[in-house]
Amino acid sequence: MSNETVSDASETPPFLFAPRRRQILQGRNGLIASAASSVAIVFAIVAILVWAPGGATFRSTFFNPHYLWLALKGDPHQAVYSVLGGIVTNIWMFLLCEVLVLIFGLLIAWTRISTSPLLLPFRLLAAAYTDIMRGIPFLLVILMVGYGLPQLNLPLVSNLSLASYGCIALTMTYSAYVAEVYRAGLHSVPHGQILAARSLGLTQYATMRRVVLPQAVRTVIPPLLNDFISLQKDTALVSVIGAVETVRAAQIGVDTYFNESAYTMSAILFLVMTIPMTRFTDHLIAKDREKRLAGER
Amino acid sequence: MSDEVLKLTSVVKRFGDHEVLRDVSLSLHRHEVVCLIGASGSGKSTLLRCANLLETINGGDIELFGQSLLDPRIDPNLVRRHMGTVFQSFNLFPHLSVLDNVALGPVRALKRPYDDVRVEAMALLERIGLESRAQEFPDRLSGGQQQRVAIVRSLAMRPSLLLLDEVTSALDPTLVGEVLDLLTDLAKSGTTMLIATHEMNFARDVAHQVVFLDQGVLVEQGSPEEVFDRPRHDATRSFLGRVR
Repeated sequence: MSNETVSDASETPPFLFAPRRRQILQGRNGLIASAASSVAIVFAIVAILVWAPGGATFRSTFFNPHYLWLALKGDPHQAVYSVLGGIVTNIWMFLLCEVLVLIFGLLIAWTRISTSPLLLPFRLLAAAYTDIMRGIPFLLVILMVGYGLPQLNLPLVSNLSLASYGCIALTMTYSAYVAEVYRAGLHSVPHGQILAARSLGLTQYATMRRVVLPQAVRTVIPPLLNDFISLQKDTALVSVIGAVETVRAAQIGVDTYFNESAYTMSAILFLVMTIPMTRFTDHLIAKDREKRLAGER
Repeated sequence: MSDEVLKLTSVVKRFGDHEVLRDVSLSLHRHEVVCLIGASGSGKSTLLRCANLLETINGGDIELFGQSLLDPRIDPNLVRRHMGTVFQSFNLFPHLSVLDNVALGPVRALKRPYDDVRVEAMALLERIGLESRAQEFPDRLSGGQQQRVAIVRSLAMRPSLLLLDEVTSALDPTLVGEVLDLLTDLAKSGTTMLIATHEMNFARDVAHQVVFLDQGVLVEQGSPEEVFDRPRHDATRSFLGRVR
């Protein structure tokens, strides 16, 4: 036959073999290959720091053991704050903000997806709020809150600590982001679930509370944790209004000793906080993906 | 008539310019089973959703026990508690155990104590032979089992009638039988049901009345013998010819 569509396999078995250059990556060779490439990359990075023309200067300004230690413990005689002491402020700021953001974010999201005609003005307000707060750089929000609220001369809100203004600004901005995360989660629950709940005679509130919300929370946790990681890091921006948290403490150290190692120490402390969180988030995402793949069997 | 449960009078439903239901009238009496047949898109599902107020109608009237549901004083939540609805895709709540799926309505809509409801829910699960699976989550069950749970979930509300929307269409052919058996059982024990279905043999066996819908128009209505054996309209004949 002249126009065969199926090969007669006249070739010898090697036609099933991968090209030679890909064969070396298969099986146990793969382990060796990944080890070799890892070593090469680490070596390249170290080599840049060691052999760059300014390598020695760079190391002594950013990785000077003496100043790293000084930054960590602080120096009261020179009015240099401890970077470690500073991070305590960052920690309570983000712990407090996370709770506030979870509450306000849910309220905004719930308002936005409500259908009651009575809530129309609140719906519009909530939509405008998320648009505005997500549209303004956080740096500007904190400057406006930090310098604006005290000028209002209002009881309660005009005589707070600088870190508290930071918390207000963080909560304002992150509630808008988290509201959108919640909203996406609430919308991710299939419409059939709502129909089934309403058909049982559940009210709109009961449907939300017993059927939609419990399902939405699961899908929402990983993106929520991602936003919390950003929130943790953005507590550093509160330094611009002068609140002495870890970055402000590091800046003071750097300005006193003319050595940047305090920044490095501050970065290390941030990593100690955020890496467990990022690893945990990735773990949750992987587990969720596994479950989804299993569901598609 | 005094034992009229549900009555639709000249119901019109439009989605935009598209008329999905045109002047449909039908009534359902106590202990009666009415099967809606017709091609996909003929308006069967829409009719059921209008009946339990998940859709608002554009014309005509719907009455439950002689009370018009268009009355502005009507609370749709109270209406729906009298009508059990079962969907093509089960729509069990994946985050609740099988038992809690059945108990949710009585506990959260009727505010009945959980302990009482639990006993009843277990009895219902026993009726479908799934009492041993009560604590499992729905995704551990087969499609046929899930649909049977969905049916008893609506029965747990002790409704006056059941609305069933192509409840076997999403099932493996091997699982259709167990669901139809349960429905046949319910029909025999006098449950009032309005059933949209593609299962003609089932409709012939259990229906007291068969209603044929074609493009939103109620074309023919009568006993199973009348509709299946002696259809009077060309549209009915042509539809039955295609599904056989």
